[in-house]
Amino acid sequence: MPQFLEHSGTSWKGQKVKHDLSMIDKLDPRLRVILVTAFAFVTVLSENFWVLSIAALTGLMLALCAQLNVKRTLRRVIAMDMFMIFLVVLLPFTTPGEPLFTVAGLSASKEGFLHALMILLKAHAVVLSLLALVGTLSATSLGHALAHLRVPDKLVHLLLFTVRYLDVIGQEYKRMRRAMQARAFVLRTDMHTWRSIGYLIGMLLVHSLERSERIMDAMKCRGYKGQFYLFDEMALSTHDYRFMALFIPFLCMLMGLNFL
Amino acid sequence: MMMESLIKVSGLSYRYPRRGLVLDNVDFHLNVGERVALTGANGAGKTTLLHLLVGLKKAKSGEIFAFGSIRKEEKSFVDVRAQAGFLFQDPDDQLFCPTVIEDVAFGPLNLGKSRAEALKIASDTLASLGMEGFEERITHQLSGGEKRMITLAAVLAMEPEVLLLDEPSNALDAKARQHLIDTLKTLPQAMIIISHDEDFLAQLATREVRLEKAKLVAVSSKSEKAKESGPAAMRSEAETVHA
Repeated sequence: MPQFLEHSGTSWKGQKVKHDLSMIDKLDPRLRVILVTAFAFVTVLSENFWVLSIAALTGLMLALCAQLNVKRTLRRVIAMDMFMIFLVVLLPFTTPGEPLFTVAGLSASKEGFLHALMILLKAHAVVLSLLALVGTLSATSLGHALAHLRVPDKLVHLLLFTVRYLDVIGQEYKRMRRAMQARAFVLRTDMHTWRSIGYLIGMLLVHSLERSERIMDAMKCRGYKGQFYLFDEMALSTHDYRFMALFIPFLCMLMGLNFL
Repeated sequence: MMMESLIKVSGLSYRYPRRGLVLDNVDFHLNVGERVALTGANGAGKTTLLHLLVGLKKAKSGEIFAFGSIRKEEKSFVDVRAQAGFLFQDPDDQLFCPTVIEDVAFGPLNLGKSRAEALKIASDTLASLGMEGFEERITHQLSGGEKRMITLAAVLAMEPEVLLLDEPSNALDAKARQHLIDTLKTLPQAMIIISHDEDFLAQLATREVRLEKAKLVAVSSKSEKAKESGPAAMRSEAETVHA
């Protein structure tokens, strides 16, 4: 498994980053998945600025509780912002309504501006809470949590196998890439480069397919009949109940505020 | 006159669409206590033969008799796979669970053992191979030699009667390789070993068969040498078999 999937306590490059165990880490993985999903739904469906501000603050609080690394979290949040930036910038200019200010002859509407702000708040609330609650799970325990939550087996297996073999495929890619370099291949913008990279990707697909067949064979040889057995018994502790007692009423309150 | 064979095949043929005939009317048998070396050039069909024995590929013609009955369709091979432990060429193909203990317990669980039993078997097997303390290690972070021993443990945890080893000493350093040889020597199971490593085979095998031009032929000189170290008596009848 690639190390960065182990825990968000590791950086994307795979170095271990210092991560002190926080109160969030003690929570049951299933509980974290359920609560964060509920929280995301409540946030996304809310249309009230008060609610959204509180939700964004909650996301921030959870991130603080989980003792996320500030720099790394920022980088991830910015990565998400990159996806939305055009939408957020363009919305005020494309939504009709009361003009707020004009830039180069284009007028920005108040409605569009508020809408953009709302989207920003929602996205940040959800991403921060996800990073705090689910991002601090290793990919494997996330897979097991999903399996315990009766997510279809096929999806869980897909996740677990991806986690296990991403690294193997990555290494295969690197090996072939190095072999290309060893024969003086450099990236250029010509047909030869495009064709070679095409071969590389195609070969990678073929290798992966063949490997998957070998894995299936190896599993069959050990008596696999389509069922996986999970080892970790997950049980809710008092810690989990305490967190639920705080979080569920809070979610209800957020929902209720929408109707005031 | 001779003891019951664990595995016995007769008239086995297999053809790949492009590679053509790789096995042509092959006869073979494996007796209790034998460690048979299966040699041949690259692409001669050695791995194919092992795959046929456990039903991962379907023979075009021929008969496979394993562990007391004739095996024909997929269903009947399920039971063969439990009794013939297959060690794959690339350990990464076999180790697919995140942690070592889960991987070793995978087989026993499939055989219907309870969780507690499977865990017990897994840690006992690891201990018997001198791999205790590896239970919680992450499989992909192990060294090549460690991966090999863990895959062996995973296979042995199913308590097979026969081991099918596909180039087990591949990419192992001298120390890991010797450790593997010493471990295999202590195992009671009958084995079929595919290898290009002559010394490895000399230390382990009791007889050798060779795939040449899709035929299986017995190699006699090797077996004389191995005779002293091998546990099972040699049988001179039986091996060479052309159509």
